[in-house]
Amino acid sequence: MKGLGIVTTEASAEPTRRDFLYIATGAVAAVGAAAAVWPFISQMNPDASTIAAGAPIEVDLTPIAQGQDIKVFWRGQPIYIMNRTPKQVEEARNTPLSDLKDPQTDQARTKEGHENWLVVVGICTHLGCIPIAHEGKYDGFFCPCHGSQYDSSGRIRQGPAPLNLPIPPYQFVSDTKVQIG
Amino acid sequence: MSGPSTYQPQSPLMKWLEQRLPIAGLVHSSFIAYPTPRNLNYWWTFGAILSMMLAVQIVTGIVLAMHYTPHVDLAFDSVERIVRDVNYGWLLRNMHAAGASMFFIAVYVHMLRGLYYGSYKAPREVLWILGVIIYLLMMATGFMGYVLPWGQMSFWGATVITNLFSAFPVVGDSIVTLLWGGYSVGNPTLNRFFSLHYLLPFVIAGVVVLHVWALHVTGQNNPAGVEPKTEKDTVPFTPYATLKDVFGMSCFLVFYSWFIFYMPNYLGDAENYVPANPGVTPPHIVPEWYYLPFYAILRSIPNKLLGVIAMFGAIIVLLFLPWLDSCKVRSSRYRPIAKRFFWGFVATCLVLGWLGSKPAEGIYTTLGQVFTFFYFAYFLIVLPVLGRMEKTLPLPNSIAEDVLNKGKVTKAVAGLVAVLFAGGLMVGGVQPAKANEGGENPPSLQWSFAGPFGTYDRAQLQRGFKIYKEVCSNCHSLKLLQYRNLAEPGGPGFTVEQAKAIAAEAQIKDGPNDQGEMFERPGRLADTFHSPFPNEQAARAANGGAAPPDMSLLAKARTYSRGFPQFIFDFFTQFQEQGPNYIAALLQGYEDTPPEGFSLPDGSFYNKWYPGHSIKMPPPIQSGMVSYDDGTPETLEQYAKDVTSFLMWASEPHMEARKRLGLQVMIFLIILSGLLYFVKRKVWSNVH
Ligand code: FES
Repeated sequence: MKGLGIVTTEASAEPTRRDFLYIATGAVAAVGAAAAVWPFISQMNPDASTIAAGAPIEVDLTPIAQGQDIKVFWRGQPIYIMNRTPKQVEEARNTPLSDLKDPQTDQARTKEGHENWLVVVGICTHLGCIPIAHEGKYDGFFCPCHGSQYDSSGRIRQGPAPLNLPIPPYQFVSDTKVQIG
Repeated sequence: MSGPSTYQPQSPLMKWLEQRLPIAGLVHSSFIAYPTPRNLNYWWTFGAILSMMLAVQIVTGIVLAMHYTPHVDLAFDSVERIVRDVNYGWLLRNMHAAGASMFFIAVYVHMLRGLYYGSYKAPREVLWILGVIIYLLMMATGFMGYVLPWGQMSFWGATVITNLFSAFPVVGDSIVTLLWGGYSVGNPTLNRFFSLHYLLPFVIAGVVVLHVWALHVTGQNNPAGVEPKTEKDTVPFTPYATLKDVFGMSCFLVFYSWFIFYMPNYLGDAENYVPANPGVTPPHIVPEWYYLPFYAILRSIPNKLLGVIAMFGAIIVLLFLPWLDSCKVRSSRYRPIAKRFFWGFVATCLVLGWLGSKPAEGIYTTLGQVFTFFYFAYFLIVLPVLGRMEKTLPLPNSIAEDVLNKGKVTKAVAGLVAVLFAGGLMVGGVQPAKANEGGENPPSLQWSFAGPFGTYDRAQLQRGFKIYKEVCSNCHSLKLLQYRNLAEPGGPGFTVEQAKAIAAEAQIKDGPNDQGEMFERPGRLADTFHSPFPNEQAARAANGGAAPPDMSLLAKARTYSRGFPQFIFDFFTQFQEQGPNYIAALLQGYEDTPPEGFSLPDGSFYNKWYPGHSIKMPPPIQSGMVSYDDGTPETLEQYAKDVTSFLMWASEPHMEARKRLGLQVMIFLIILSGLLYFVKRKVWSNVH
């Protein structure tokens, strides 16, 4: 049992030890609080079954005739697979890079030996609407939301979108089968 | 929260704000300058602990609601998906489930403290009544939350509790239909319970604000039960009470973590790992432990309506407590006779809780009636009469004087620890009582995954998987498990390539394709171990009328009574292997000739460990049936252990992560509590 006065002297006699205790406790508590927050943030990330369901998919190309396209879904995103006509390929390849907002050659956007196949993520790079295939001035894609125009290589030519339609990871398993992812 | 604040804003910004919204002043006068009696003991920290638990339940609940699906076909699986797939989902779920029990343990301590020290007496009647309202809301919230996982106990608990209202004459049936939203407990019921379970905690939070407001108007009661008179009787809330509360909370977290990380199923009912089945009632319907005393009161009265009235009355009577207790002296410290009756009342509640977990028959009913009488007698006879007769001891003149006279703190701390453990024990103790009353128990085997540091034996899991694949999977599915799990950390340790190969061996029905037809394809990592039968009816028809159960949760869904005093040791040794012991014993429990006098139905087999002994499953496995390439003996005994270990892993794939994180959290909390203790002592050294 000590009086107030005694404590004051005691405290000022050894301020470092007391301060150290306070700081250590505060630091430990702060570290604990920060660590405790992590699970609550981490749980918002995709869970294990969502990730597992996002595994690569295989698509059979035989039913897609020249000049046609199909839309498949991978990881919840629409993927356009377009069997381009020689005219479309030619147009895409002959466009000078200086005409492009996001310069990229058609060669870089397709696979060698499968030049007729265009595989793009069908999400407008403006604000995420789905462009319509075979529409617009460039025989490519036209986004109805705010009028972005993509060419037959999925490159942005006109409108508010800043970038070309992205290319998903894919490879040809055979001439008639493509694996997306 | 009362009177003008003494808060003096320093910075111009705070001055500006204070003139427009005096929130800083409110916080200052309520939680910083607020005078608290200096003789409060650790029982008073439970108010802060309860606030913490409310916050924990709300935060974890909001997060769980992000992943949960309130639909009868999806609810059960969505909870399992949280536990198995969501990042830290197992942790959040355990926190919320164990948190409910912790909340009730804390609220019971808080209420009993109020009862012992007379905290409900004038001028604190409204404070007390608000507390009883919070308690009622908690009961409703807890009940509806227990329905959401949609297991067997969820469903049947919901059925039994909602049916309570049918006891009321004339309007009873209409009320029940209104609660259900249908002709029975079903999807509309689940949906509205989810909605209300989300809403009520915020209502609780609102009433808590009123509760704290009322508290700050009247001031806190204290162990001496005399009001503070001078400055010397009180200390400012911060840092004194704050630090004490934080230390109390930290200790409580240690206790809480024991359940979260080491005994997540000690507080739950194994039956709730069986999906709800409206066609089969479990042999023992038992509510969660925190309702048991009231459940015992309900059952002890042979008349339906009177039973329900008695049960509600047992809670309603608390509202009138301030007027039933006529004694002017608050603290039982100075009421020698009331003190004895108080402890008698605590014992009555414990006995009622124990009775509530027992079957309502024979001696239990009689005891139930006796203790129900004791319960009501305490409020309606003892307290009113005692107040007029009892000769109380002299009160101290002031709180300061009380502090000088006593050094009771250590005693209070010891009492606190004892109560927490006793609470935990009682809570767990009622669980085993539910299953498998009487009879011999399966032998306890040595499991590599038992205890605080237990891990799975990878080789054993691989052998167990082999048995599942070659034997069990001919009839049983594992639909909560996906092939990818085989390669995940903490499991059998297959490589991703191996898991892919195993998956590819399975034929999975998929479709429809572009022609609208279903087709078969090789399995992928994201596929589940599906049932070999196209639907439940087919499974039943092919197995003599009993569909082989899905085995994903089997090791957690089976249990048996360990009896007294074994369950007390189980709390400390973290024994939770009833399920594995049972499964291993069952596989070896077949007997060709049933004992004398046992008549075995046609198409059934005698098994020593199966409840009722007559099982439809033929002996599934014999020695030598599955070949091991690692030299492990190919005996039935070994098979049983291996496949059981595999099933244990299947029912809890993240067990190793749970125990690992548990150790870290425990060490951290113990260090933090130690530091807080010294800080608190340092700060308080100039008061004592
Ligand atoms: S989203 Fe396509 S143009 Fe705006």
